[in-house]
Amino acid sequence: MSIFDILKTVTDKIIEVSNLTKKFKDFTAVDDISFSVDHGQIFAFLGPNGAGKTTTIKMLTTLLSPTSGEITINGFDAVSDKNHVRSSFGIVFQDQSLDDELTAYENMEFHAVLYDIPEMARRSRIEEMLKFVELVDRQNHLVKTFSGGMKRRLEIARGLLHHPKIFFLDEPTQGLDPQTRNHIWSYVRNLSKHENITIFFTTHYLEEAQEYADKIAIMDRGKIIKVGTVHEILAATGTKTLEQGFLALTGSEIREEEASGADKLRLHRGMWRGR
Amino acid sequence: MNAIYILWLRELKRYFRSRARMVGSLGQPLLFLVALGFGLGPVFQRAGQGNYFQFLGPGVIAMGILFTAIFAGIQVIWDRQFGFLKETLVAPVSRFNIMLGKTLGGATIATIQGIIVLVLATVVGFRPNFLAIPLAIIFMMLIALFFTGLGIAISSMLEDMQGFQLIMNFIVQPLFFLSGALFPINNLPKAFSVVISVDPLTYGVDGIRGTLTGVTHFGLLVDFTVLTVITIIVLGIGGYLFSKIQS
Repeated sequence: MSIFDILKTVTDKIIEVSNLTKKFKDFTAVDDISFSVDHGQIFAFLGPNGAGKTTTIKMLTTLLSPTSGEITINGFDAVSDKNHVRSSFGIVFQDQSLDDELTAYENMEFHAVLYDIPEMARRSRIEEMLKFVELVDRQNHLVKTFSGGMKRRLEIARGLLHHPKIFFLDEPTQGLDPQTRNHIWSYVRNLSKHENITIFFTTHYLEEAQEYADKIAIMDRGKIIKVGTVHEILAATGTKTLEQGFLALTGSEIREEEASGADKLRLHRGMWRGR
Repeated sequence: MNAIYILWLRELKRYFRSRARMVGSLGQPLLFLVALGFGLGPVFQRAGQGNYFQFLGPGVIAMGILFTAIFAGIQVIWDRQFGFLKETLVAPVSRFNIMLGKTLGGATIATIQGIIVLVLATVVGFRPNFLAIPLAIIFMMLIALFFTGLGIAISSMLEDMQGFQLIMNFIVQPLFFLSGALFPINNLPKAFSVVISVDPLTYGVDGIRGTLTGVTHFGLLVDFTVLTVITIIVLGIGGYLFSKIQS
């Protein structure tokens, strides 16, 4: 261990991104960004459409390889040590990643097997997590019978099954009613306060970021344009709400985006009732 | 190890839970068997080629397997954005094991479909050599593995379902029609013959036909060898492409 390794463990950063860049052919989606997240922090990662947020998150979660730069998650390198990184985080994706044709319990069981949770511990852990999100009595029902809010809760339960240190949430309350949104945030806050789990989330609901985030990074056109607490951002932009501050920093022009493959599939999904 | 098993198990659970899909996908092979069997049967007989049901049986069995297998493989495109696949891609499991689990699962259900078509075909008038069924199942499994693997390989390259129509119409359908499933492949014009002998399904159909009815164009050994070799190749390619998926 060099002095730098020792320093690293002392500085308590659970996510460290240095000079991260991602280029697609001639388009630079992520342009030399650097930031870090402390243990147990609730960190909001915000930006307009096309800013490069999704690309960054994909790199953090090992779904995409960087063009250059470094990502260290829980002390592990996201490029050379993928599996250790993967064991360190749980994630709730923007689009559903549950299997509709399996039961809630079966979805949880899959996760348990994929994350190598010992067979003896599986049942009790699954029941513990289902209790946490109040879905125990629906454990043997097929997921396709669940409402959007219930599915989201199940994804949260599943993402935490292997007791990860970091929890990534990509637009976690998108499309949900206020009661469910409130419910979900109370679970998440609980995780941060009592389990010291680091929460990394993105959202277009800026009031959420304002209410819950300890630290915020705002990304635009591939670069990080501001990092700080809510107060710091309001002070720097001379605004009263995060939404105003955000618009001040990124401009009020609507960002055009080309429909991605994902958008086309979402359209189809609407037509096909999710099949 | 466990990961492969649970992925395999998932495919089976999904298959058995969808009665509608199970029954629906049997419709096409049976339709072909009944319509062509009764319709073209007399013509076939008069041409001195014997009982068309006997000839067609193996062909529609292969058809049942082909379409089920390709569909199972193509699911990956859908799963990629909306489903389970993303969950598996962020998990600390090797891509190869994920692909293997899915391939084995898809191949298993395609083989089961093939067996069901076989049973239903005997109801309609197909008389296979019952003792040879286990051997025929081996050929069914090879076809199933090849086409599930092919489906996964193709889906690993596509981002959305746009290409799906193209694939069905320009790859899968031709593979089926030019495989000797529906007509004998001896005494055909040279160019046509060549195309048919390049089609992997041809060897599968020939193998099933050879085992169940004793009629084979290439010989069982050739069929088995060709199928095994190309299946290994396609699984290798599929595994590579799958591991390269960057969501």
